[in-house]
Amino acid sequence: MSVTANILPSKVVDRVAVRSWKTPILFGALALFAVVVFVLLGPSGHATFRLSQEGDAWQVPNLVLPAKVFGIIVAVVCVLLAAQSYRQMKNDGRIAKWVTMTFTVAFVIGLMVWIIGGTKTQNITLVGLFTGAMLITTPLVFGSLSGVLCERSGVINIAIEGQLLAGAFTASLVSSITHNAFAGLFAAAVAGVFVSFLLAAFSIKYVVNQIIVGVVLNVLVSGLTGFLFEKIMKIKVDGVTIYNQPAQLPDLPIPFLSEIPVIGPTLFRQSIIGYFMLILVAALWFGLFRTRWGLRIRAVGEHPMAADTVGINVNRTRFLNVLAGGAVAGIGGAYFTLVAVSSFSKDMTGGLGFIALAALIFGRWNPIGAALAALLFGVAGNLQSILSLAGTPIDGQFLAMLPYALTILAVSGFVGKSRAPAADGEPYVKG
Amino acid sequence: MKLELKGITKSFGALIANDHIDLVVESGEIHSLLGENGAGKSTLMNVLYGLYEPTAGEILVDDKTVKFSGPADAMAAGIGMVHQHFMLVPVFTVAENVALGAESTGPGGILNLEETRRKIREISARFGFDVDPDALVEELPVGVQQRVEIIKALVRNAKILILDEPTAVLTPQETDELMDIMRQLKAGGTSIVFISHKLREVKAVSDTITVIRRGKVVGSADPSAATTELASMMVGRSVSLTLDKADAEPGPVTFKVTNLTVMNDAGQRLLDDVTFSVADGEILAVAGVQGNGQTELTEAVLGLHKHVQGSIVLDGNELVGRSVRQVLDAGVGFVPEDRQDDGLVGEFSIAENLVLDLYKKEPYSKFGSMNRAVIAKNAEAKVAEFDVRTQSSQDAADTLSGGNQQKVVLARELARPLKLFIASQPTRGVDVGSIEFLHKRIVAERDAGTPVIIVSTELDEVLELGDRIAVLFAGKLMGIVPGKSSRELLGLMMAGLPADEARAQLDGTVAGTAGTTPAGTAGTTEGERS
Repeated sequence: MSVTANILPSKVVDRVAVRSWKTPILFGALALFAVVVFVLLGPSGHATFRLSQEGDAWQVPNLVLPAKVFGIIVAVVCVLLAAQSYRQMKNDGRIAKWVTMTFTVAFVIGLMVWIIGGTKTQNITLVGLFTGAMLITTPLVFGSLSGVLCERSGVINIAIEGQLLAGAFTASLVSSITHNAFAGLFAAAVAGVFVSFLLAAFSIKYVVNQIIVGVVLNVLVSGLTGFLFEKIMKIKVDGVTIYNQPAQLPDLPIPFLSEIPVIGPTLFRQSIIGYFMLILVAALWFGLFRTRWGLRIRAVGEHPMAADTVGINVNRTRFLNVLAGGAVAGIGGAYFTLVAVSSFSKDMTGGLGFIALAALIFGRWNPIGAALAALLFGVAGNLQSILSLAGTPIDGQFLAMLPYALTILAVSGFVGKSRAPAADGEPYVKG
Repeated sequence: MKLELKGITKSFGALIANDHIDLVVESGEIHSLLGENGAGKSTLMNVLYGLYEPTAGEILVDDKTVKFSGPADAMAAGIGMVHQHFMLVPVFTVAENVALGAESTGPGGILNLEETRRKIREISARFGFDVDPDALVEELPVGVQQRVEIIKALVRNAKILILDEPTAVLTPQETDELMDIMRQLKAGGTSIVFISHKLREVKAVSDTITVIRRGKVVGSADPSAATTELASMMVGRSVSLTLDKADAEPGPVTFKVTNLTVMNDAGQRLLDDVTFSVADGEILAVAGVQGNGQTELTEAVLGLHKHVQGSIVLDGNELVGRSVRQVLDAGVGFVPEDRQDDGLVGEFSIAENLVLDLYKKEPYSKFGSMNRAVIAKNAEAKVAEFDVRTQSSQDAADTLSGGNQQKVVLARELARPLKLFIASQPTRGVDVGSIEFLHKRIVAERDAGTPVIIVSTELDEVLELGDRIAVLFAGKLMGIVPGKSSRELLGLMMAGLPADEARAQLDGTVAGTAGTTPAGTAGTTEGERS
């Protein structure tokens, strides 16, 4: 045995606890907002949440909350939690998860009640809110899962938007021609893979800057689908367009489960793409964090040379992951034309591919986190369109901005630290 | 297992990094590859490990020719490597890192880390490593990370272990421990290839020494060979390894640092309440393992850091809060630790690099226009004075070797009349021949009456140059000791023991016993100037 062993510092070097006051400050500001807006400016009426639709098997009574009283309760809870977060940061240097979670939930519910209470009708159907949100959430989830696959292996995928759009176009075209929605779905995946192939070839094989390739691909796909839309999809035979009439994927309600109030119609009354999404989120999480496949991918994304020195082919791993990401985003694109609306229109993805990137970052490069972020963005987006119909005290456009303002806060480290894979965007070239 | 390299040649374009290298590593021996930085040792080992494909030559394992198309082949043949820069994923646990690439899995590729944990514990127990399989690698000290690398190789049944400059990141005590581990591995039948440029270590641990110079094997030596003999083989001419330096004749104290604290953006203390002073005509060497606050100390003096508290006084003037230009104008000469990134503009000529901080002043420029003739003349003079080996002073700075680049930096910084000279890692990656020259110039600056601060992670250099030695650990000053202090004492301080506790431990007394603190140790920061 070594005689000198006992003098080495045996434990990890003590670190000065880094106290970040961002979160307590943010909570403090939001609590103040709650006091001023929910209590002082609170509406006097009631906010009604309709939980069941007519014709549901189980009728659940509406949730009616007195807006003012509820606002006071939320404000008090927020103030207490903000104080607690300050205390915890001061004493322990970190904030317990339950404080952050409870605060967020309380604040969001408080905000909802205040907004609904302030509308003319003072009621909202939660089923409509969530099922409508899924129209936005589903492509967002596929887009961000594509991002997870690519970025966990170290390739930045800015081309998600292009992949979604290529998927949407191809699905519509192929489904229209074959009259088979599943053929359209498959073709969409292939189209996504094709866009990914370009991304992978240029960024991995020819080491072109990944951001630039991604942006160029988005423009390319937008131009190409726009051109083909004009030239092919507008062809009319006997007065009808035949190449933009895709056969649709039907909803497949799951017996019993689909009858659960709110959750049932949202999650268990979907098309096959929706169910695939649920499975994919879970499978990808499990794959990334519990299997050999995932360990290797994460190693390639964090420290490619370390992976190389234990015999993992870095660039092949990345190439395959980018292709898989393309397939996933392509399927997400198919959702637009096979489920959400019944035909393709130019640039119909409307920037959702970029929002998917934000969801990816907000979800900390974790499939489940990204899916929850996508759900948040979806709900916020749909809430805005519902409220603009109901007449709100605040402008709908302002509400639509909130989730993205939240993303910026999240990315800049207000709500915990978001850390990208260390080699994300770094090409790997052997010496 | 016996390993033989026959006529290995590796060229990168016109550059021949390895030129017909023959090497035989016998079973169960520690074979050292000795050579300067850039001699081609690492390239050779990367060829052996399958990372590079040799241009010519063959590799034989147990007298059978093998061909490696990647590290996986090399590992399968029983070759393991501990790289100079660790190949560990920081956000993975020890077990995940060890398992990577050779995972035990259940059905469907589901990871089974229990098997890996068991192997890690087994190897840990055998060699006395204290490694927790579930610790996150990024939270482990470098010495432990290195053991994880060794475990990684052993788990893969390596019969030949290549250690590439393994001591560069270790304290002297950790180095001693590593050598013990190497001997244990050897006793267990593992062959070791030990790559180093540190003569003392090579002599201490080797069975055979092969010396490489400029990509060629220049000979082999016995570990009992004299240090000077090894050095001259390595460098190609006779070198004097000891600096003939007169004792310092310290004048008045003109540079004082008081309660200096440097923080990063997150508020972490990178330098924590450091107080010291340097007198005219004295060299203070700052020792410590890489990353313990040395960089921040020099950057704070120069005015490169945002979050600085405390006071830095030079010649009666406060430097904290001044801009870099004001600090330079106050008479501070600075050699940054990374000369290629911070010390030179690689694409600029040597002549231009020599006036990087003077170009605004006459006679180098007038009315905003540079006087190229004067700059060229200055360059000729400096190149001659500092023995910069170059074809022309108009060549780009990055065509020079490391040692010659450093001479250019030093020539520029010493060109002005200085009130303080700071050199960070003045000889890192510099050939032995140039080290001698650079050290002499630094001592000459001291003898001219300038206070000098040398920051170095090389203990040899610290002992060579320092009139007094300050040791930093985790941003805190462990104390200041006389220049002739023992390696053991410095090693303990570098590992985090304050000077008095370190002395107490060396004296065999129990550190921290109440009432036994020797008188005077309270004043270790100021009271030790001899």
